[in-house]
Amino acid sequence: MAVSTNGHQKHTVVALLEDEPGALNRVVSLFRARGFNISSMTVGPTETPHLSRLTLVVEADESVLEQITKQLYKVVEVLKVSDLSEDKVVARELALVKVSATAQNRAEIMQIADIYRAKIVDVALDSVIVECTGEEDKIDSLISLLRRFGIKEISRTGRVAMLRGAAGATRAPDED
Amino acid sequence: MAVAKLDELVQHPQGRRAEPARMSGAHIICESLVREGVDLVFGLPGGAILPLYHVLPEYPQIRHVLVRHEQGAAHAADGYARVTGRPGVCIATSGPGATNLVTGIATAMLDSVPLVAITGNVATHMIGKDAFQETDITGVTLPITKHNWLVMRAEDIAPTIKEAFYVATTGRPGPVLIDFPKDVQQQLATFEYPRVPQLRGYRPTLFGNIRQIRQAVKAIQEAKQPVILAGHGVAISEAYEELKELAEIGELPVMQTLLGLSTLPYSHPLCFGFFGMHGSVYANKAVNQADLVIGIGMRFDDRACGKFSAFAPRAKVIHIDIDPAEIGKNVRCDIPIVGDVKNVLMVMNKELKAQGGANHREWVDTIWQSRKDRPGIKVRHSEKLLPQFVINKLSEVTKGQSIIVCDVGQHQMWAAQHYTYETHNSHISSGGLGTMGYGLPAALGVKMGNPEKSVWAVVGDGGFQMTLQELATAVQENIDVKVAVINNGFLGMVRQWQELFHDNRYSSVAMSNPDFVKLAEAYAVKGLRCIHKADVEKTIREAMEHKGPVVVDFVVEAEENVYPIIPAGTTAADLIEEPDLLEQVEESHIDRLEGESPALAESTITRRNGRGQGEGSNGR
Repeated sequence: MAVSTNGHQKHTVVALLEDEPGALNRVVSLFRARGFNISSMTVGPTETPHLSRLTLVVEADESVLEQITKQLYKVVEVLKVSDLSEDKVVARELALVKVSATAQNRAEIMQIADIYRAKIVDVALDSVIVECTGEEDKIDSLISLLRRFGIKEISRTGRVAMLRGAAGATRAPDED
Repeated sequence: MAVAKLDELVQHPQGRRAEPARMSGAHIICESLVREGVDLVFGLPGGAILPLYHVLPEYPQIRHVLVRHEQGAAHAADGYARVTGRPGVCIATSGPGATNLVTGIATAMLDSVPLVAITGNVATHMIGKDAFQETDITGVTLPITKHNWLVMRAEDIAPTIKEAFYVATTGRPGPVLIDFPKDVQQQLATFEYPRVPQLRGYRPTLFGNIRQIRQAVKAIQEAKQPVILAGHGVAISEAYEELKELAEIGELPVMQTLLGLSTLPYSHPLCFGFFGMHGSVYANKAVNQADLVIGIGMRFDDRACGKFSAFAPRAKVIHIDIDPAEIGKNVRCDIPIVGDVKNVLMVMNKELKAQGGANHREWVDTIWQSRKDRPGIKVRHSEKLLPQFVINKLSEVTKGQSIIVCDVGQHQMWAAQHYTYETHNSHISSGGLGTMGYGLPAALGVKMGNPEKSVWAVVGDGGFQMTLQELATAVQENIDVKVAVINNGFLGMVRQWQELFHDNRYSSVAMSNPDFVKLAEAYAVKGLRCIHKADVEKTIREAMEHKGPVVVDFVVEAEENVYPIIPAGTTAADLIEEPDLLEQVEESHIDRLEGESPALAESTITRRNGRGQGEGSNGR
C-alpha cells in the first residue's frame, strides 16, 4: 500500500452517490470543512442510471479514514461507501503527457512509450502527446523519464479502482 | 380555488382517490405544511416569497408570526422545536432574507434541532444572473444544514417537503432548507402528498446492537467508579425516564453537559449536574477519576471534555449516540452503541435488571462527600448585587419550575450552574454554536410551544442588543416572556478571558448601554430595574405577576467571573476555583437541597433493591 510523504497511508475510497445537483458539491465541501486531505478524486456514471461512482484517494490514518467513511454516509445522496485499500484491487489512472519532440529524439520518445505500453496519440512538428494507463507509480516513472525531453503539459485523471473477482464493492443497497 | 375543501378532493373518505387537484406551487407548499401538521411558522416576507405570502391567509390553521429580523424567525422556530419536539418552521425571502437565517440555521445544526427553513429565490430563468436579491442560499447553507433542496419545478414541491420534514426530524435531527424560486411558487401543478419520502441514501440506525449493549451492561457491573454523562440526545429522544431508571438500577451518578441539564431533576440524589469547563469541582473530579464513562446522547465536545487525550484517563468509554460519526470522533471509544437513546436505554435497563442491577454505593457516597466538602455552586457573600445571586433567587422564586432560555456568555454559565432545573427540557441554550442573540427570539418560540409554562429569557446586555428588536414581535403576538438582562456593562465572558488569559488587557469589551427600562417601555413592554440585592426577589415576583412581556434590567457587579473554570485545552487537574469562595458564602436554597440529598439517596437505593427482578420482564 502506498505511503505518502507525511507518513499517512493512501487509501482508495469508493462512494456511490445519487446523480443529483449539488451531491458532488456536498462531498467536496465536507472534505474541505473537516480538513480531510484528498490526493485525487474522479467521478463518473455507473452501470445503474442516475448513480455516480466517486473514487477518492485520501491520505489518512485509520481514525481519519473512519471519520471520512462515516461523514460520507451522512450525506443524504451517498448510498454506499467502500474502502478499497486492499490488495485485490485493480487500480488505474490515465495520463496525457505533451512532450517536446524533434525529428532527432521522436523515435527515442516512442521507444520509451512502447516500454510502458503507452501510445503516441498526437504528433506535431515539435511535440507529441503520450497516452498512458496504469497505476500511479508507472505513470510517475514514465513522466520522470520523459522529463528530460521537456514536458509541456500533463493531464492525469486520478485513480479509478475496482475489486477483483465477482464481488462488487459498491452495489447500491436497493439492488442487493 | 376552493382550497379549504381540498382534503375532500384529494382523498375520498372511503380511501378511493379522486382526481388530484391542480393548484399553484404556493398552495402546494401550504397544503404540504398542513399535511405535516404545521400550525405555526415564523417569518418575514419579501419579493421572492410573495406568492407564498399571497396564499398564506387562505390557511388560517397556519399561524404566522411576523418577526423583525429573519435571524429571530430561525431562533424562534428553533426554540419552538426544542420544547415541542416538533419541527420548527421559518420563512424568509431570497438574498438578504435568506442569509439572515444563516446564524439561526447554524445554531440548529450544532445543537441537532429539527428546523425547516423555507426561502424564496429569484425566478428560475434569473438564477445565476446575479439578479436583484439573488443568493445561492443552498450553496451558502450547504455545510450548516443536514440537507437542503432547490426546487425547480412545482411538481417537485410536495415530495421535497415530505423528504425535508423526514430528514429534519428523524435520526439525529437537524435543520434543512428548501429554496423555492418565485416562478415555481406560481406554476400550477398537480398536488398529491406522498405517503413516504423517497430517500435511498438516508437510513438512520435506531436500535442498538444487542451484543454491544450486553457488553456495556457487563462493563457497568464490573466498574468501580462509573459515571453517566447525559447530553442533549436524552432530551431529543425524550428518554428522561429511561435515564433515571438506568441511573437507579445501576446506581450510577449522572453528570450533565450544558444541553444535558434538566434531563434529570436537580434534586434527584444521583444527579450531580453540570460538568466541563464551568462545571462543578465535584462533577469534574468524579469524571476525571472515573473508570467507566457512559456518554449518552452527547458528543464529547471540547467544552465538556477539555483536552481530549487527557479526558478521563483511566476510564473505559461507552458511547451511545444515534450518529455513528460521533463515535470516536473526539474521544476514544471502547463500547460504541449506535441507536436512538430511548431505544438503547430501554434494552440496556432490561438487560441490567435481568443481571441484578449494579452496586456503586461507595462511589456515589464518595462523590456526595466531595460535593459536601467542596460545594460546587455557591454564591460568594457580597453587599453588591452579584449576577450569581440573581440566578439563584430566580431559581428559588420559580422553584426550579420555569423554562430558562439563555443567551450566550457569562450569564449562560451562571444560569447553568445556579438554576436548579426540576422539570424536563427546561433549560434551552445555544450550546454548540454559542450564538449571542439567541435568547430572546428563542424564548418567544419556547413560550409559543409551551404556553402554560413560565418562560424566562436570561440574557446578557451584549447578546440582548443583538436581537432585542423581537420585543416588538412579543408585543404584537402577545407572547408572555420575561427577560432578565444580566447587565454588567461588558461583553462579560470576553472580558473574563481577557482578564484571565490576556494579561488583563480589556480590548473592546466595555459597553455604553441604552436605558433598558426606557427601551422596553418604548416597545410597550413593562420595564423594571433592580440594582440592590434586597430587591431581587421582589422584582422577580413583580415581573411574574404582570401579564405580558417584561424586561428586568438587573444591574449587577461588573467584573464578576464565572468559576470554576477549566481553561480551554486543559484538563480537570487545571481547574481554577473561585478565589476565597468558601470564606463567606451566601445562604442559598441550593444548600437546603443539597443538605437533604443523602437521605434521598438512601431512599433511591431502597427503591432499587425493593424492585424484584421479575419486574424487569414486564418493564417497558
